[in-house]
Amino acid sequence: MNMFENELKNGNFVVSECGNCKKIVWPPSDYCNCCLSFVTWRKIIPDGKLIEFSKKNEIIFGMVELEGKIRVMGRLKISSDEIRNGQCVKLDSCNYENGPQFTFVSCNGAY
Amino acid sequence: MNKVAVVGYGNTKFSNEDKPIESLLVSATKSLFDQTKNIDKNDIDAVLVSTNDNAKYLSAILSELTGISPKISHTVENLCSSGTNSIVSAYSYLVAGLADIALVVGADRYDCHGQILEWDSARGEFKHPIFWASMFTKAHKREFGTTEEDLAVVSAKNHTNAKLNPHAYSDKTYSIDDVLQSKFVTDDLHLLDCSRPCSGASSVLLASENVAKKFEQPVWIKGIGQKTTSASLTKNESLTTMTSTKIAARQAFDMAKIQVNDVDVAELHDAFTICEIMALEDLGFAKKGEGVSYVRELYGTQDKKINPRGGLIGAGHPLGATGVAQVAEITQQLQNKAEKRQVKNVNVGLVHNMSAAATSSNVLLFQS
Repeated sequence: MNMFENELKNGNFVVSECGNCKKIVWPPSDYCNCCLSFVTWRKIIPDGKLIEFSKKNEIIFGMVELEGKIRVMGRLKISSDEIRNGQCVKLDSCNYENGPQFTFVSCNGAY
Repeated sequence: MNKVAVVGYGNTKFSNEDKPIESLLVSATKSLFDQTKNIDKNDIDAVLVSTNDNAKYLSAILSELTGISPKISHTVENLCSSGTNSIVSAYSYLVAGLADIALVVGADRYDCHGQILEWDSARGEFKHPIFWASMFTKAHKREFGTTEEDLAVVSAKNHTNAKLNPHAYSDKTYSIDDVLQSKFVTDDLHLLDCSRPCSGASSVLLASENVAKKFEQPVWIKGIGQKTTSASLTKNESLTTMTSTKIAARQAFDMAKIQVNDVDVAELHDAFTICEIMALEDLGFAKKGEGVSYVRELYGTQDKKINPRGGLIGAGHPLGATGVAQVAEITQQLQNKAEKRQVKNVNVGLVHNMSAAATSSNVLLFQS
């Protein structure tokens, strides 16, 4: 497992960042995708923007953008009545179980 | 630069059959040999296999099982666009003078794992293609007012076309209502909005200019465009535009010195109904937001110009075979040998084949 996956297992969403280029490297990697230097890892800023969403059975899922650059697909614990495109969402939890898992809630905590 | 032509093709029926990958590959090769006159196995310099199967050394195995001893043999894998990637690789060998005749055979099984890109952490637990397709669909609905019924037209049209393709997975026609009544896979996709993985194989034979003359009705590869923007689906800046397709199309049209208005028949990568609409827009057949009216016009007039073999939705989608089958269809069309599917007065054909939420696209142009 790589650093990203290991940290997910601990419930942490970490971001790879290049100290040389001062850029976020996404998808996560041990090397910068610009200068190929080793990256450093830090916790993500959990507030983001909901780019798009849909629903499968009772699960609302969607694409969220974090730090203006990192896009992930995750579960959205927001009621169907309140969810809207472009709204502020916050990373609620993350895990690694047969793959990464991300769950987001509304920034105001409404559910 | 040496010219390269498609001079032969073969297909198996696309189905749910539980057949070994090697057997599928041989079947499509036999179909090609049965249909191609003046072919001598000793003249085949290159054998390329397009597949996402985990079996190893398949091009050497196929060569042995069909009595070919090529100079060049290897597998090409690039998810759903493996087929056209293989053909471009074979083209390159021919143009470089390393080979004069190349056999390209694509195959996959119904249980192929290639549709899920495990590497892409950004997909989270939503790894299956239905999830990115739902994002594309919802975004297109939001931006252009595209409706479920608009999407259903694509499926109804392509299933109708597939009915005339003896190798297609589907042999049923579906009305727009049938598509709308099919079960919801997500809130934005019905089952009949989706192509399905299946077992199948297709083959084409490529020849360099000096050798192509000995075959009947060579179809020339006039333009090639390829672009990979990323591997992760979340690098798509827009969910309503396939950037890699736009860039690949520009390259192919420039190389061929052909305009989109010159294209008489096209095979587009309709992994989902929304993909055909977006491809029509990004290739330039329709303005952005007008792909829907373009498809409705085709369906209303029973015009088979787009996806005459039924597309991936009607014909099925054995990943490694798809791009090869698309090229085989365009070749048949430009040779006026597509029987009931034949589009009239065709001279220029286009193939659009893509991978992993359009992070990679290939566009090929052909002329008779």
